[in-house]
Amino acid sequence: MSIATGQVQGVGQSLLRPDGTLKVTGEFAYSSDLWLDGMLWGATLRSPHPSAWIRSIDVGPALAMPGVFAVLTHQDVPGVKFYGLEHKDQPVLAIDQVRYQGEPVALVAADHPETARRAADAIVVGYELREAVTDPRQAAFDPACPQVNPHGNVVRHQPVRVGDRFTADVVVTAEYEVGMQDQAFLGPESGLAVPAEDGGVDLYVATQWLHVDQDQVAPCLGLPKEKVRLTLAGVGGAFGAREDLSMQIHASMLALRTGKPIKIVYGREESFFGHVHRHPAWMRYEHGATADGMLVYVRAEIVLDGGAYTSSSPAVVGNAASLGVGPYEVDNVWIDAYGTYTNNPPCGAMRGFGAVQACFAYESQMDRLAEACGLSPVEIRIRNAVSQGSRLATGQVVDTPAPLAGMLRELAAMPLPGPGSTDLRALPGGVAQTTHGEGVRRGIGYGVGIKNICFSEGFDDYSTARVRVELLGGEPHVLVHTAAAEVGQGLIMVKSQIARTELGIDRVTIVPADTTVGSAGSSSASRQSYVTGGAVKAACEAVRERLDKLRAGGASLAEVLAAGPVEETREYRHRPTFPMDPVTGQGDSHTQLALCVHRAVVDVDVELGLVKVVELAAVQDVGRIMNPLALEGQIHGGTAQGLGLALMEEIQVRDGKVLNPSFTDYLIPTILDMPPMRLSILENPDPHAPYGLRGAGEPPTLSSTPAIAAAVRNATGLALARVPIRPDDIALAGSALAG
Amino acid sequence: MADIRMRVNGSIEKLDVEPRVSLLDALREHLGLTGTKKGCDQGACGACTVLADGERIVSCLALAVQYADRDITTIEGVTSPLQRSFVRHDGFQCGYCTSGQICSAVGMLTEHAAGAPSAVTGDLATMEIELTAEEIRERMSGNLCRCGAYNGIVAAIEEGIR
Ligand code: FES
Ligand code: FES
Repeated sequence: MSIATGQVQGVGQSLLRPDGTLKVTGEFAYSSDLWLDGMLWGATLRSPHPSAWIRSIDVGPALAMPGVFAVLTHQDVPGVKFYGLEHKDQPVLAIDQVRYQGEPVALVAADHPETARRAADAIVVGYELREAVTDPRQAAFDPACPQVNPHGNVVRHQPVRVGDRFTADVVVTAEYEVGMQDQAFLGPESGLAVPAEDGGVDLYVATQWLHVDQDQVAPCLGLPKEKVRLTLAGVGGAFGAREDLSMQIHASMLALRTGKPIKIVYGREESFFGHVHRHPAWMRYEHGATADGMLVYVRAEIVLDGGAYTSSSPAVVGNAASLGVGPYEVDNVWIDAYGTYTNNPPCGAMRGFGAVQACFAYESQMDRLAEACGLSPVEIRIRNAVSQGSRLATGQVVDTPAPLAGMLRELAAMPLPGPGSTDLRALPGGVAQTTHGEGVRRGIGYGVGIKNICFSEGFDDYSTARVRVELLGGEPHVLVHTAAAEVGQGLIMVKSQIARTELGIDRVTIVPADTTVGSAGSSSASRQSYVTGGAVKAACEAVRERLDKLRAGGASLAEVLAAGPVEETREYRHRPTFPMDPVTGQGDSHTQLALCVHRAVVDVDVELGLVKVVELAAVQDVGRIMNPLALEGQIHGGTAQGLGLALMEEIQVRDGKVLNPSFTDYLIPTILDMPPMRLSILENPDPHAPYGLRGAGEPPTLSSTPAIAAAVRNATGLALARVPIRPDDIALAGSALAG
Repeated sequence: MADIRMRVNGSIEKLDVEPRVSLLDALREHLGLTGTKKGCDQGACGACTVLADGERIVSCLALAVQYADRDITTIEGVTSPLQRSFVRHDGFQCGYCTSGQICSAVGMLTEHAAGAPSAVTGDLATMEIELTAEEIRERMSGNLCRCGAYNGIVAAIEEGIR
């Protein structure tokens, strides 16, 4: 499948999605739509217990079922039995013990999905239950706590130490909590593994990073990398949840064992167990300031529960620590950020990871400080705002434009929505309202977020692009090939726009992403426009240079290309970053930082606990607008997920077990919850980035949550130190029933 | 097994399905019409929305046998100006909800044309209900979009009805 692009439009214009037509006609093939004649269906048996020894596994009853082709356990893993993004600590299939509810224990292949499911249920596993470790602070700090991981219960402890003045005239202290959020992409994990004649496997999956999948899958299959070929299938949303493996190794194992193509599709419930979530956080913050609101010091302790396996917890801890005071100037900082192992569901990447949790706490603190100093929330932020030349808590100097104070002024000057109406339909809860709005109060709140763009802390972060110009039907045509995952963010538009701009050729085809070209890195950390965009730009420049040389004698482009295509492949790296010092946290750990500010206006029924977000306004600096339409979509989408975290989204876990793995019990914002937005998008270029652009997908996810929480506090007068804010937290505040 | 017939996107299809097979699975797995998506399989997301005799239904909560001899339209059979306006207004990102959004919007416009009020309609007596942004939001609230393309969806529908 190649995608031919439409109109002639380059960087900065609202080129429409080249895959849009396929998506509105139902023809776009998502990973769950793949089909091959003779394929079998795979199913996964998962642990119902968060912590147990496995004393026996009897696969006999499953194997005896008609239609079943294979039943596999950890003994059947052909190669290395563990995988993982940062540490290879997660078993492909459980070995002798399970550490979280939903951990894969055995696999089945059958000729029908229901047969596979029933066969999986027929496997008899003898569990010996253990007490689950579910309190992350106990896991980290109580030496008597059982060890979930052989290396101890702390994944990473990252301190930040600057200055030595930890007294001030005004001091505010509070504890905050962030619940476990789910990415809840709409298209659950799925894919197709096809056994190949060379003994390898061809894997068609929805993922965020083909090459890191390949790096993890091949060793577990005992195959060299070149025998595990991956092609990106249509991705139904990602938001971090597809950075870790789900069914990739499992489907490949079944395909190699049965010699038949294997399709695995998770249902919604299984999906809640099939990927990592956003780390829930417990945070204690102390801010000290002068009487006129200038920050003197910040102390923070941040505990992020990583659950049973490592996933990307170390990077999450790094973000929380390095960005733990937010985009504010402060000379004295004492932060301890911890990631823990527990028997709770594993947590890893989700949009804004690590930075989102800290942002809720430091922004809540800024509001408390404003109140203590008698300043407005906007004024206290402006007084302490970073700008170009500021030194962050890590010692890193902000060396590109960071016009935070101006952004806040602009935000505060935006018109406010009119007063709420008493029309029942406009009240929180809508027509389900049982009152006449007597208890409805209006509130306004502000939030500021700072997010690192691209991978940090010394990671060799790069992307690869192959660009080829050739004659097709007598016309010059560009082929752009990268392994970067289009997950809905619109990267294929941006690649196409860059090729048009750099080469001046209208006809551009984006070749499907696969592992026959070098790694593009992950579609995460808001990095693809930057890094893969940079690689496409570099490859186009190299092609252009060659074409210019060939045409030096005055030949036309068509004449030059008649002799054959011109192709170049380039890798692109951003400025190097450096690890944080393990003791002081100092170091230039980030390559780019992006700012977003939000204002939220809410109506709250203080008696019923219902919240309606009336309007969200945002100012974001994106360096350079690559595609206005898609950029607005990213800001809306990121804001909506921040709204979800503020008001409704939480995986509820009790004793290590998930209570709400469904869309009826895990609520995500609907079209009624998401209000209209007022946006101002700034273009202060980052001279180090291609076209001056800044990553844009994550920053709005940071700042919308604290803005909404602040608005609800403003309306209710309640402290509300935990998100999501539940109706009970408002309606039962002060009552013994609140919990 | 039950032998049924159904008109799907204009052509008569014969289906041999167990009585408990959902319409969604019948479409996707028996007829290979994978444009209709499964997001939750329990009526909560709207990704599986199709039109049955012009009315929008969530096909995961419908049994195929209930729809014997009915006229089913899936996204593959839809031709609506809304499709173009969804692309023009970026009414999606990943697109996984889009088939359901568009089928739902088509059904919604039919309901509106028939004078059906919604929960936010002020004057229940009128047949001329203006499709304001509030009306559109209310009437489309059964379709989730995790990418959060809601404002684009409203804009796309507003353009599609002009
Ligand atoms: S799949 Fe039918 S409503 Fe979600
Ligand atoms: S476009 Fe991704 S769920 Fe709607």
